Amino acid sequence: MIQFIQNLGKSTRTSFNKLGRATYFLFEIISGTLGILLRPRLLVNQLYSVGVLSFLIITISGLFVGMVLGLQGYYTLSDFGAEETLGVMVAASLVRELGPVVSALLFAGRAGSALTAEIGLMKATEQLSGMEMMAVDPIKRILTPRFLAGLISMPLLAGLFSAVGIVGGQIIGSGLLGVDQGIYWSQMQASIDFHDDIINGIIKSVVFGFVTSWIALFEGYDAIPTSEGVSRATTRTVVNSAFSILGLDFILTALMFGDN
Amino acid sequence: MDNSVSSQDSIVSVRNLSFSRGNKKIFDDISLDFQRGKITAIMGPSGTGKTTLLKLIGGQLFPEQGVITVDGQDVHKLRRNELYELRKRLGMLFQSGALLTDMNVFDNVAFPLREHTHLPESMIRTLVLMKLQAVGLRGARNLMPNELSGGMARRVALARAIALDPMMILYDEPFTGQDPISMGVLVHLIKSLNNILGLTSIIVSHDVHDTSAIADYIYVLSGGKIVGQGTPEEIQQSDSEWVQQFMTGAADGPVHFHYPAKDYVDDLMSTGKRY
Repeated sequence: MIQFIQNLGKSTRTSFNKLGRATYFLFEIISGTLGILLRPRLLVNQLYSVGVLSFLIITISGLFVGMVLGLQGYYTLSDFGAEETLGVMVAASLVRELGPVVSALLFAGRAGSALTAEIGLMKATEQLSGMEMMAVDPIKRILTPRFLAGLISMPLLAGLFSAVGIVGGQIIGSGLLGVDQGIYWSQMQASIDFHDDIINGIIKSVVFGFVTSWIALFEGYDAIPTSEGVSRATTRTVVNSAFSILGLDFILTALMFGDN
Repeated sequence: MDNSVSSQDSIVSVRNLSFSRGNKKIFDDISLDFQRGKITAIMGPSGTGKTTLLKLIGGQLFPEQGVITVDGQDVHKLRRNELYELRKRLGMLFQSGALLTDMNVFDNVAFPLREHTHLPESMIRTLVLMKLQAVGLRGARNLMPNELSGGMARRVALARAIALDPMMILYDEPFTGQDPISMGVLVHLIKSLNNILGLTSIIVSHDVHDTSAIADYIYVLSGGKIVGQGTPEEIQQSDSEWVQQFMTGAADGPVHFHYPAKDYVDDLMSTGKRY
């Protein structure tokens, strides 16, 4: 029993310790922002590897998710004779929920894990330490541009996901199942609210981008510098990001759509 | 053992340094001096904290007790930007080279120049080519770090370490895992760079033969203490059993061949339960 309490205390302390280090780390990253904005080339390079290279997976996944929504939505709605509202259903699900959430999960798997592995390996091969000895702060030089790139890419990728998904729903809905194209789009335009739906979706994806990039970079920076340590850190990035995204999604949804 | 080194012309002085990792005491109240313009070697078996000493000198780790001054400044009392200013005048060669893997050789050597100076690109090119020429790798400027052999990677790292014309270079195990030719090249380079550029060099190594060939002064560390010091000749003739074992590489001596264990026969006859 005493042992159990001891272990509980120890693991609680370890977690709080880690949370403290992660918060301090975040402040250090953010304090490098100005320096990076003065050297935009560093940011552009990272936008390419974090954002542009995630394009394909986001587009293809978005297309398929939209097509599935088109099919499922049509079958359910047609039972009630409401298949004209298919456009609203597809767009609302994507813009409010699936766009930000699924693209963030994919982003954590594609870009987050890559960031952790990259930073972890840079640590293991003494590149970060070497930079410190050359009087270059690795947090500001290496981590800040990656963090900003994640923060900027995420909402853009979520937007792309939703847009492609809506087209996917339309291909299935009106191309295959015979919902009138004009109705698909006009119902959507009439019901989707810019502020309630689109802005809230963007806020969600910014939050997810922030959290995912933070977790990925911190896990890499905090990794034990061995091959096993880096592989564990990569796993933790994906798992912790997924939990955080889904948990935060619930909280944000409750806050944003609670009074509707 | 005489303590003939005066601290007057020393560029780095370590006083009463103690440092532990967990429960293991890495350094126990040691004092060392590194003279300006000389090559000083720190030798000792693996795990005696030779690399840790370099990290303490570079301000990457904090001692539990003791003072380390570099060029008159107490490293661990400096503020962050003052420490960074000091580090610009230090070069460090890591065991792995620590080249940035996403840049080619040229950009790696240009990295400190681009980060710390506002020189025009044409001048950076000239400087980088001069540094690469010094290590004999001007022709390899477009290669990526993964295309280099271990010895070449270390030479590129050396070119990068001298890019900002430092006053001192810290070498972490520069000879480990090198074939005889690259070893010879590195030994020659370290010696000639030290003399031509008027640097001070600190070499951490357990390679007895090649290090003694170029070092002006040697400290031998073991178990957190200095067990021998002097010029290479003095070290060779040291009457310390420990130093003799280290220099000749005898398998048994003050450092035992066997890791501490209980009696051999008892161990074989016991039930093999885990403790």
